[in-house]
Amino acid sequence: MAILLNRSTRVIVQGFTGKIGSFHADDMKRYGTKLVGGVTPGKGGQTHLGLPVFNTVKGAVRETRAEASIVFVPPPFAADSIMEAADAGIKLCVCITDGIPSQDMMQVKRYMRRYRFEDRMRLVGPNCAGVITPGQALMGIMPGSIYLPGRVGIVGRSGTLGYEAASQMKALGIGVSTSVGIGGDPINGSSFKDILQLFERDEDTDAVVMIGEIGGPQEAEAAIWARDNMRKPLIAYIAGLSAPKGRRMGHAGAIISAFGESAQEKVEILKDAGVVIVPTPASFGEVVADTLARTKKAA
Amino acid sequence: MDIHEYQAKELLARHGVHVPRGGLAYSPEQATYRAREIGGSKWVLKAQVHSGARGKAGGIKLCSNDEEISNAAEGMLGRKLVTQQTGPRGKLISRLYLEEAVDIAQELYLGFVLDRKEERVMIVASAAGGMEIEDISEKKPDSIIRATVDPGVGMQGFQAREIAFGLGLESNLIGKATETILGCYQVFRDYDASMLEINPLVVTRDGSLVALDAKMSFDENALFRRPEISELRDKSQEDPRETFASDRGLSYVGLDGNIGCIINGAGLAMATMDMIKIAGGEPANFLDIGGGASPERVAKSFRAVLGDKNVETILVNIFAGINRCDWVAEGVIKAIREVGVDVPLVVRLSGTKVEEGRKILADSGEAVIVADTLAEAAEKAVAAWREGTKNKKAA
Repeated sequence: MAILLNRSTRVIVQGFTGKIGSFHADDMKRYGTKLVGGVTPGKGGQTHLGLPVFNTVKGAVRETRAEASIVFVPPPFAADSIMEAADAGIKLCVCITDGIPSQDMMQVKRYMRRYRFEDRMRLVGPNCAGVITPGQALMGIMPGSIYLPGRVGIVGRSGTLGYEAASQMKALGIGVSTSVGIGGDPINGSSFKDILQLFERDEDTDAVVMIGEIGGPQEAEAAIWARDNMRKPLIAYIAGLSAPKGRRMGHAGAIISAFGESAQEKVEILKDAGVVIVPTPASFGEVVADTLARTKKAA
Repeated sequence: MDIHEYQAKELLARHGVHVPRGGLAYSPEQATYRAREIGGSKWVLKAQVHSGARGKAGGIKLCSNDEEISNAAEGMLGRKLVTQQTGPRGKLISRLYLEEAVDIAQELYLGFVLDRKEERVMIVASAAGGMEIEDISEKKPDSIIRATVDPGVGMQGFQAREIAFGLGLESNLIGKATETILGCYQVFRDYDASMLEINPLVVTRDGSLVALDAKMSFDENALFRRPEISELRDKSQEDPRETFASDRGLSYVGLDGNIGCIINGAGLAMATMDMIKIAGGEPANFLDIGGGASPERVAKSFRAVLGDKNVETILVNIFAGINRCDWVAEGVIKAIREVGVDVPLVVRLSGTKVEEGRKILADSGEAVIVADTLAEAAEKAVAAWREGTKNKKAA
């Protein structure tokens, strides 16, 4: 079923009636996502885009049996919305909101630990492009048309760079099982490793493309995990090789500090772990094609 | 967002952290007047710039009379201080801070930072302050004391005590050190800081504990709820190119190359810069126009990029998801007609409304070099830049 999301996943939108929420809800619905309603406190009982609006996430879950939620709530209130989803029994929460304070995210991560691991909601994002299972469902803001349904997983921090990879693959006839944007913030819900674990177990995924960037420890952590546990081919690109050390590059996440956080160091760590490196951002397509061809031959 | 040393000290002093007596000065006269106010016979005059390593760069002077203070102030004010951390452009000195000199017995290091691995606030302390903490952490990693704070309950007294004892302080200083460490954490938390560093935290000869320097940065995402911190912003300390852009909602970082970049998304922006380098060029900047960019925002980003006189070619690379290629194309034409673009311009559009966008560019009759892929865009931009510099040399 690919990972995280398929055509039967029941999805609600938090921040449903706002301008951004409405626009993307409509887009997701048209893509085929099973949208069952939305939440805007104070607007419960209304109908929006032909779907019921609820005051609380608990109310929405009770009435619609929603399992997944996408958050378009503005930054000052977004952390609260994520915790509300976790407490209402939502299984997957994708937070698109950009600009959530770090301390709020620390609180969110701490809060989620009150649930047993098996019961804990999976958070993707914030500040991400979302999740798409091409041909089935979209929980995010990516242009659905650039993805061909297929058997390669994509996981990346950056949204637009993920589009670049998917469209280069599509040009060569290579499709995507699921694409996950984990977001550019320093503290995020799911790490590269978390998503790689899902792809490794997924029957519909043959190989994974990981798109990292400078800053943070998650690419190195994923490399070590993949070396020890992953049997499917992992292909990686790291953005920011030309970034001067110590400079901030827009993403709060893109801060170079300890060893293993510069793009060059990350590439070295990935290489040592046996990961296939995409040398330039223009060669996603060919490297994936080569890797798939080699894997097929070996099998 | 960074603030000045004197501003950080004001915040810390309100939370029980002991700082030397001091005062702010904008002129040599004011500096000598501050010396009268503070009293004593030795003072330290410190340039207020957003940077560490000021001492080595001549931004900190020990003075023992009015003449020395006045001369030191004269020498600093209006000058740009270039330190290891400012980059070659340096930072303008327009404010000075005069402090009583302190008799130092021991220098310690105390830092608070967001640890991305633990996803918590981490406290880092060392009994060897003053020196570069990075060197110590590399050469003697075990000598660094670390503790993380549970965001559910905040920093606990025992954690601060463990650090104080770990620093090897005399028993009569443990109480004061605990208060200092907890006070710093309180400031960090209450004002949404992203970094707080006291280097050095000193034990004086008369047995007190004093924060001799203080550096603080704040989480820009949290400034909406910290108006008292937003007020401390000093634009004179920022790269003017970056100030111009951030005032217009653009994320911009100035670099030293010649190819100006206008891109959507930070990851694609970095990747495009990498691609320019691979093609043999040097990016002049990082610029992310963000999502849902209107033609006006695109035109403004041209202003930001062209504000840098080193820019000799512009590359626009848009992979539109929530953006629209037709709006971007309109913005490009608007910029050509209203801002004036007198350097070669390469545009690559992809994604939402790409056909409409390409048509707008083609129908405009303007001299836009169009590219279909990322690789082609970078190659054409570098080729156009080379051509331009050749022509310039010929002329």
